[in-house]
Amino acid sequence: MSQFALFCRHVAFLAQKEMRSLVKDPRMRVQLVVPVLIMGFLFGYAANYNIEDIPYVAIDASHTAASTDFLAHVEGAPAFHCVAAPGNIDAAKDLLDTGEALAILTVPETFERQLAAGETAPVQVIADGRNPALAGMIERYIARIAADWSAAQSGRTPAITLETRTWYNPNQLSRWTFLPSFLAMIAFVQVMMLAGMSIAREREQGTFDQLLVTPLSKTAILIGKAIPPVAVGLFQAMCVFLIARFWFGVPFAGNFATLMLTLFLFMVSTTGVGLSISSISRNMQQVLVYLLVLMIPMVLLSGLVTPVRNMPAALQVATYADPLRFAIDAVRRIYLEGATLGEIAPDFLPMLGVAAVTMPLSGWLFRRRS
Amino acid sequence: MGGFSRRLAALTKKETKELLRDNSSLLMGVVLPLVLILIIGCGMSLDVKDVPTAVVLEDHAPTARDAVSFVRGSDYFAPVYVNSFQEAEAMLRAHEVDAILAVPPDFSRRLLAGDAHLQLILNGVESTSAMSAQGYVEAGVRAFAAEFAARRGASAGGVSIVSRIWFNDANTSTWFYVPGILMLVLTISGVFLTAVVMAREWERGTFESLFVTPMRVLELILAKTIPYFVIALLGMLLCLVVGRYLYELPMRAPLAAILGVSMLYLVTALSIGLVISALTKSQYLACHISLMVSFLPAVILSGFLFDLHAEPLAIRVVSRLLPTTYYLDALKSLLLAGGSPIVVAQDTAALMAFTLLFLALAFAMTRKKVDA
Amino acid sequence: MADVIAARSLTKVFPGKKGQPDTCALSGVTLAARAGEMTALIGPDGAGKTTFMRLVCGLMDRTAGELSVCGLDVFRTPQDVQDLLSYMPQKFGLYEDLTVAENLTLYADLHGVPAAVREERFTRLLHMTGLAAFTGRLAGNLSGGMKQKLGLACTLVRSPRLLLLDEPTVGVDPLSRRELWEILTQLVREEHLSVLVSTAYMEEAARCDRVYVLHCGQLLMGGTPEALRTAAAGLCYEVQAPPHLPLRLLQSALLTAPGVLDAVPAGGVVRFLTRRAPEELAPLRALGLQARPAEPRLEDGFMKLLKEAEAEGAAPPAEVETAAQGAAETLPLPPPASAAPALIEVEDLVKKFGAFTAVAHTSFSVHRGEVFGLLGPNGAGKTTTFRMLCGLLPATSGKLRVAGVDLRTARTQARANIGYVAQKFSLYANLTVYENLRFFGGAYGLYGRQLRERIAAVAEEFHLTDRMDEAAERLPGGYKQRLSMAAALIHAPGILFLDEPTSGIDPLARRTFWQEITRLAAGGTTIVITTHFMEEAEYCDRFMIQDHGKMLVLGSPAEIRARLGREGAPMDEVFIAIVEQARREKEGT
Repeated sequence: MSQFALFCRHVAFLAQKEMRSLVKDPRMRVQLVVPVLIMGFLFGYAANYNIEDIPYVAIDASHTAASTDFLAHVEGAPAFHCVAAPGNIDAAKDLLDTGEALAILTVPETFERQLAAGETAPVQVIADGRNPALAGMIERYIARIAADWSAAQSGRTPAITLETRTWYNPNQLSRWTFLPSFLAMIAFVQVMMLAGMSIAREREQGTFDQLLVTPLSKTAILIGKAIPPVAVGLFQAMCVFLIARFWFGVPFAGNFATLMLTLFLFMVSTTGVGLSISSISRNMQQVLVYLLVLMIPMVLLSGLVTPVRNMPAALQVATYADPLRFAIDAVRRIYLEGATLGEIAPDFLPMLGVAAVTMPLSGWLFRRRS
Repeated sequence: MGGFSRRLAALTKKETKELLRDNSSLLMGVVLPLVLILIIGCGMSLDVKDVPTAVVLEDHAPTARDAVSFVRGSDYFAPVYVNSFQEAEAMLRAHEVDAILAVPPDFSRRLLAGDAHLQLILNGVESTSAMSAQGYVEAGVRAFAAEFAARRGASAGGVSIVSRIWFNDANTSTWFYVPGILMLVLTISGVFLTAVVMAREWERGTFESLFVTPMRVLELILAKTIPYFVIALLGMLLCLVVGRYLYELPMRAPLAAILGVSMLYLVTALSIGLVISALTKSQYLACHISLMVSFLPAVILSGFLFDLHAEPLAIRVVSRLLPTTYYLDALKSLLLAGGSPIVVAQDTAALMAFTLLFLALAFAMTRKKVDA
Repeated sequence: MADVIAARSLTKVFPGKKGQPDTCALSGVTLAARAGEMTALIGPDGAGKTTFMRLVCGLMDRTAGELSVCGLDVFRTPQDVQDLLSYMPQKFGLYEDLTVAENLTLYADLHGVPAAVREERFTRLLHMTGLAAFTGRLAGNLSGGMKQKLGLACTLVRSPRLLLLDEPTVGVDPLSRRELWEILTQLVREEHLSVLVSTAYMEEAARCDRVYVLHCGQLLMGGTPEALRTAAAGLCYEVQAPPHLPLRLLQSALLTAPGVLDAVPAGGVVRFLTRRAPEELAPLRALGLQARPAEPRLEDGFMKLLKEAEAEGAAPPAEVETAAQGAAETLPLPPPASAAPALIEVEDLVKKFGAFTAVAHTSFSVHRGEVFGLLGPNGAGKTTTFRMLCGLLPATSGKLRVAGVDLRTARTQARANIGYVAQKFSLYANLTVYENLRFFGGAYGLYGRQLRERIAAVAEEFHLTDRMDEAAERLPGGYKQRLSMAAALIHAPGILFLDEPTSGIDPLARRTFWQEITRLAAGGTTIVITTHFMEEAEYCDRFMIQDHGKMLVLGSPAEIRARLGREGAPMDEVFIAIVEQARREKEGT
């Protein structure tokens, strides 16, 4: 029992020292808070795959009442605004090229005639393919507008009405998807960095030997070193949570304790990865390189931006070693769906697995290296 | 002048040796770019594919089956046929499917009357997938409606959309991300490594002995940046080669122009690194600051992940404060579109201005003094 | 014309961080160094020596005053001055990922040393520093002293008009130090070099043409070494200690006796400095000892000057009076240490790094309450032996017992019995004194009231009470060293390992340090220490000398002297004789 109390005290003293050392430099204190807030806000606004305010060019070769009406209908849609109406395609091309417009809408000369004849009048949409996802969305959006207009023109309701309901995110706002992911992501970046630097920094400054001659056990050192990064990570995740919930008003459907537990588990696994890197690095420059070499692929494979489902099978297998993937999934589901602990439990397994491997690994590595 | 080139050569040699002794530089220069470009090529696609969709056919008429037949054999959907709506809902809740397409019992009857309904329920947690899925279902339903009308001899009339996509012939997402990856490789090597190696010398006190030699600040800065310039450029070229041969990246503009703009951006990145290190003089802080002020914004705000055209005005304004934005814009034009000289010229001018600004700052802040 | 450095009323003030007062590093210093001469700058920590050097190099801006170097105004044309001089900072920044040869080449290239001259110069420098065999080794893999020597070699790749050396021999062994000074004097003679050197070794200052004593930013005195030496004329005495009484006890008692300005063990006797008649001194009376007058040395003059400056008032707390409360008026005769049980046992210890043998078949034991010294030239394997004892490094073979266990494999709790002070300052630089003490206290299992009491006690003991809220990195060198000691002793360990604790520490602070050691040893603490100040071997009960990983000699100072037949010889000479003899034998076979 007293052994255990001693152990706890060891951990507490070390964690306290780490924390003090972390926040000693006022520049570091600023660094831990301000960028997170700025990023949180910027990300909230920038993380946008919804179509808003798309600039386009309209070429009306028909110059008829019908074509004017059609184009007015497009212009009336909130997602689009016309930046120019040149007479020919060459001028329009330049606008697309320079990025001033993202699409060219060409109404053919025969437009009114074909409509009157009950034929189908083809309207050409040329989208800027440099962002294929956006191009696809523009195309589908215009098709929807065209269908609405046609129906209104013919005075008939469409033969089939598609009633769409979207659960958990009724307006399909990408912000709702990204902000909860960002909760996990910002903590991930920060925790990796803090944990990654912790041992390497002591080694470089010569304090690590001094630490090793104290009665602190390997386990106590690891846990003591893991606590501050986890705490900072949770704090930053909370900052983003508050921004998401109260500034952007993304409704929180889940249980707060579940969210915290998930983030905590995630951060433990991340800290393990960070400490392992720290243990094998000779200096902080190496830490940085290893971190980036691991972190960027981890972010890309996490499903933050592109769905994991679209990845080839081999890469999907690789994502099991990426705790960020499961953290993002779990946090999104807790936040938006209100998923319970039981429902997201499968996400915990890979995270715990990573933690179970990396924590002992880092302990083994740092002993061997010293 | 003899002294200048001799000292520069000596310092550069020293820097290069230090760089090469550390295996991690190889990781940075070669492995990371390759890993990134391969992940991008294989794994990053914003387009949805194989959305698991529960199809509920409560109407057993052949027309009803026809109406939703577009989901079968489509790349976009992976249909699962279920018997009841409740079952489908349970599957959606359990994340076994991401969408439900339901055909109500009276569908075929009401179709004849011209006011049939179909139900689509989506999981909006991944909003992008939901949006795309909805678009594909709509298109499928419209196509069926038109075909159904044509079958009955009645022309649907109305407007049809004929779409073409420019600047991206194969329409692969890969091309969209390649310029971003090039940008990342340059940013990381440029900002991070430079910031850290400079800060390391401040921290270890190696500058004190170096300063009291005939060495000039210009020589020091050049020597510090040359090896990282080469490493970064190497990584970028590697990405370009892979992009060209594996993904048939168009590269519409001459290679010289692409390299020219990239080198200019690289100089900007290097000078940002120099400014950060001079400001912090600590590796630890330099790492954190580089990450927060250069890496995250480069990813989020530059137009790499999120298209700036679709952004609110405020974000567009903020993004214009980052050199990355201009570089990415120019690079996209040069690689994918024909490289309108005006766009590229504007971007280049902006990059020049940034470079001059940060270089001036770096020189002003790196003085041969050790005052705390 | 002949003044290579001319400073007039030079003042440098560092603005204090918010809430703290400004620190005046130099105030109104006027001094001149003549061309073709060697000028020494001596003074305790925080005297302003390094600041002065940096100002001369143009690395800092002045607050007031004038400074010209080789006739040039440093503040107006720093680069021109820098082209003329070479400077070796206290902490020479070697590039650890470059080899010895590459470091040298870098500096030679920067200074534009012609290829023809280079060959010969490198050979000489490498020979002088004993690095010839290690040219291909990475600088990061050199021992502390070897790094220092490499730094010096890098500074000497060319012959500048003016050479500035800021404590160039910290951590360098006596052999290399002697060689180094030979080189320096040769350079001055042959190439008409001017040298400004700051040093903590008084015998080095004695070799200079001119000495300036700085104290708290003020110039106390400037003149020839002879003038400084004779300042103590008529005050110096020496006394033979009775058999079985460790010199350090007698020295410590003398140091605390009223009227004694300084006392130090040397050459098997205790030298002391007093204005009174020696017969009046209590410790001598009590033991019935007879002192005889001695020739003053430079160190005596320096100590006298400092003591007087401090006595005048504006001085730091009088440390010497309080620090040795443990040394009693009457001297208890401790039992001979060898009678106590062996606490550290080393048998046939071997450590190999690849093909390189760092420690070869070494055996020794240390008894409870003993002060045991580990001496040897740079790279002899002292630090390696140390690290193995502390469990930081596994031994290749051999037996190792510290308080009955091998710390490498024993339960972590066994480490609670040792304290460790590393060669380089290695506490948390950005934490305050209090936070450092608190953390190490906690790490050693102290908490609550007990922890608070221990912190207060060690802070008191090491005079850190006023500086509890200062960041460790901002402390002057001597305070850092005291903090390291305080942190290592917070848990009152039975065994204390000290790896070059006095390197770069001025004579005054070293006295205080050794009084503390004396007190600890008297209280039963076992102390294992390495040092490059050979006269400090006099404080040890026994010491051993290692070279190339081998143990050359082991015994008490008197025994070792007797073995060499050089009674009364300074320990430096004894050391050099032993090492050179061993090296000759090795070459002979």
